[in-house]
Amino acid sequence: MQRRKFLGLLGAAGLMTTAVAGQAQAAGSKHFEGYPDSFGVLHDTTRCIGCRKCEAACNTVNKLPKPDKPFDDLKVLETERRTTDTAYTVVNKYETSKGLKFRKIQCNHCLEPACASACFVKAFTKNPTGSVTYDESVCVGCRYCMVACSFNIPAYTYNDPITPKIMKCTMCQPLIAEGKLPGCVEACPKEALTFGKRVDLIKVARERIRQYPDRYVDQIYGEREMGGTAWIYLNGVPSPEVGMRDDLGVASAPELTGGALATVPMIVGLWPVLLTGIYAVSKRKDKIAKEEKRQAVTAALTKAAADAEVKLSAALTKAEVENKKQIEVAVKKAVEESAKQPKTEGEA
Amino acid sequence: MSQDTAAGKGNLFNIISGIIILAGLVVTFLRFTQGLGGVTNLDNNNPWGVWIGFDLLCGVALAAGGYTTSAACYIFGLKRFHSAVRPAILTAFLGYAFVVFALHYDVGRPWRLPYPIFVSPGTTSLLFEVGLCVFLYVSVLFIEFTPAAFEWLGFKKIRKVVVKLTLALTIMGVILSTMHQSSLGALFTIAPSKLHPLWYSTYLPVYFFISSIFAGMSMVIFEGTLSHHYMHGLMDKTHLDEADGVVLGFARGASMVMMGYVFIKIIGLVSDGTWQYLSSGYGLLFLTELLCFVALPAMLYGIGSREKNLKLIRWTSLLTVLGIVFNRFNISMVAFNYQLPSSQRYFPSLMEIVISIFVVTLIVTVFRFITTRMPIFYEHPEYAEHEEEPAAHGHGH
Repeated sequence: MQRRKFLGLLGAAGLMTTAVAGQAQAAGSKHFEGYPDSFGVLHDTTRCIGCRKCEAACNTVNKLPKPDKPFDDLKVLETERRTTDTAYTVVNKYETSKGLKFRKIQCNHCLEPACASACFVKAFTKNPTGSVTYDESVCVGCRYCMVACSFNIPAYTYNDPITPKIMKCTMCQPLIAEGKLPGCVEACPKEALTFGKRVDLIKVARERIRQYPDRYVDQIYGEREMGGTAWIYLNGVPSPEVGMRDDLGVASAPELTGGALATVPMIVGLWPVLLTGIYAVSKRKDKIAKEEKRQAVTAALTKAAADAEVKLSAALTKAEVENKKQIEVAVKKAVEESAKQPKTEGEA
Repeated sequence: MSQDTAAGKGNLFNIISGIIILAGLVVTFLRFTQGLGGVTNLDNNNPWGVWIGFDLLCGVALAAGGYTTSAACYIFGLKRFHSAVRPAILTAFLGYAFVVFALHYDVGRPWRLPYPIFVSPGTTSLLFEVGLCVFLYVSVLFIEFTPAAFEWLGFKKIRKVVVKLTLALTIMGVILSTMHQSSLGALFTIAPSKLHPLWYSTYLPVYFFISSIFAGMSMVIFEGTLSHHYMHGLMDKTHLDEADGVVLGFARGASMVMMGYVFIKIIGLVSDGTWQYLSSGYGLLFLTELLCFVALPAMLYGIGSREKNLKLIRWTSLLTVLGIVFNRFNISMVAFNYQLPSSQRYFPSLMEIVISIFVVTLIVTVFRFITTRMPIFYEHPEYAEHEEEPAAHGHGH
């Protein structure tokens, strides 16, 4: 790969991530309330009788394979179930403080879906109708959407070796587009499910709580959970008693990951500056060290030479002095001797 | 006689790796005929198993030696680590290449792996960030590795061009590594309801990045130990002379980074107010991870480098590497889905483990193939990098 092309790619990476940061910031500073007039479903669990008619309707509408046990077999309710690749919705039975309760599970169609935020090929779409749909044609099968979903909804066709895909409720998007009701809502005999505009459903739910304060817990589950969901719930008991977690928080997926994503362009921008700076400093340090070494060597050599000269001249001087002394001594001795000789001679 | 034992060791290695590769091929066949359901224990609640927890998360963290070593040598100017760069780059390149290879098993439609970059980029996803950076970084590592191959093949001109890019490639390597090492941790920030509060933190990206630094350094020491044991004969004088210095220097560096890591983990505990969980079973697990697998080796590295105890350092590097694996396992599997009843929790199937071991065996096999042919542990006599340096030193003498 040529350098230019590579740099181009890196630049593209930077641009792309900048775009991401823009979205993340938008998520951080503005709370997305969902598309205006988008639809939702209000599930009143106090009305649900666990007849599984919604499950049957879902199976038919979505042309899913027939289950081993028929839908009118209510013994299935004895074990807690979740959505699977052959069942977009299931009803579970719960022993609660107010007796037996039933609750239907399916995709909640979040206002800001974690699955869509997590998908690295944009296989999920939040439609203006409120539904969250999945496009198999780009899916790689990484299953990060399943990790991301707080409600444990997306299921995967694990036994398909060639074309495995995510399976999940579409809120019957094709039917909604035709102006019809989702299959499960249509099938519910007890009006435990109400389809409508989400804003209206919230009003309906509030009104029910106001009219029957003893019947309901004062909470609309899904109004704010995970940033809000298209499906909202009215419960007669605290939500954990019917298997709904009350610790999910109100932050949507983009809010949770926005911080980490926003850091990325900063790294792209600042790291080259910092690293090149460190490189320059270490190189400069090397250069200075080398220069200092050179200077030290030169200085040492000069000093050694000077020292040697001084020593030499000192030695020379000393030698000269000694020589002189020796000469002097010798002369003196000679003079003395010569002076002595006449004396002794004279004495003799 | 010593040659006989060496040959024996080689044969034993070939036999064992042969068996593993055979088993791997059988499971590979099953995986692509029966689907993930036929070979893994993955299910709808546990979409990620050991192929993500080990092959991806540990693979990437332990391949961090590439960017740490090349940054130390070329950016921070620690030239005495020069002989460690090539083995580290090769390990990193193979590590990443096999991370991508292993992903072909895990994702449902591996032939679509280029889709996130070339067909339908999902830029709001941290996995997109990981994918893009890993793709770019594998390319960078490949280019960084090519000089060794070019020397082997005798392509002098192109080698010269690539060598000139060293600094630019190193800087890109650090940038890309910072981004995807941290993003791997950030993947889990999307699921606060699934990851146990002791491990969940908005600092997850920082934890992953910082721990990748000492993971990489420890891996350089650990792998160097193995290489010295089995491939001593391939190493030249420079490599052997510098090796102890690399071990001591990396041990000191890792020790300091690990102390910092312990400190920021405690800051995370304080800022998230998750102290109360420390007394639970998960708390014990968390403390074991932090104290026995980070704080303890940090101390041992410190002692080892001060007392020049190479043996202690080498054992410590193994402890640190295991600690990284422990941490990544905890985050991706043990502490993930902690709220599910134990009957719905994930434990890898034998076949999943076979594939993970198969991948590691392939890495070791290819590493052996390359190091016995290309100038990795020694400098090619025709391209001695040090030739200017002795001249410069010579000037000083």
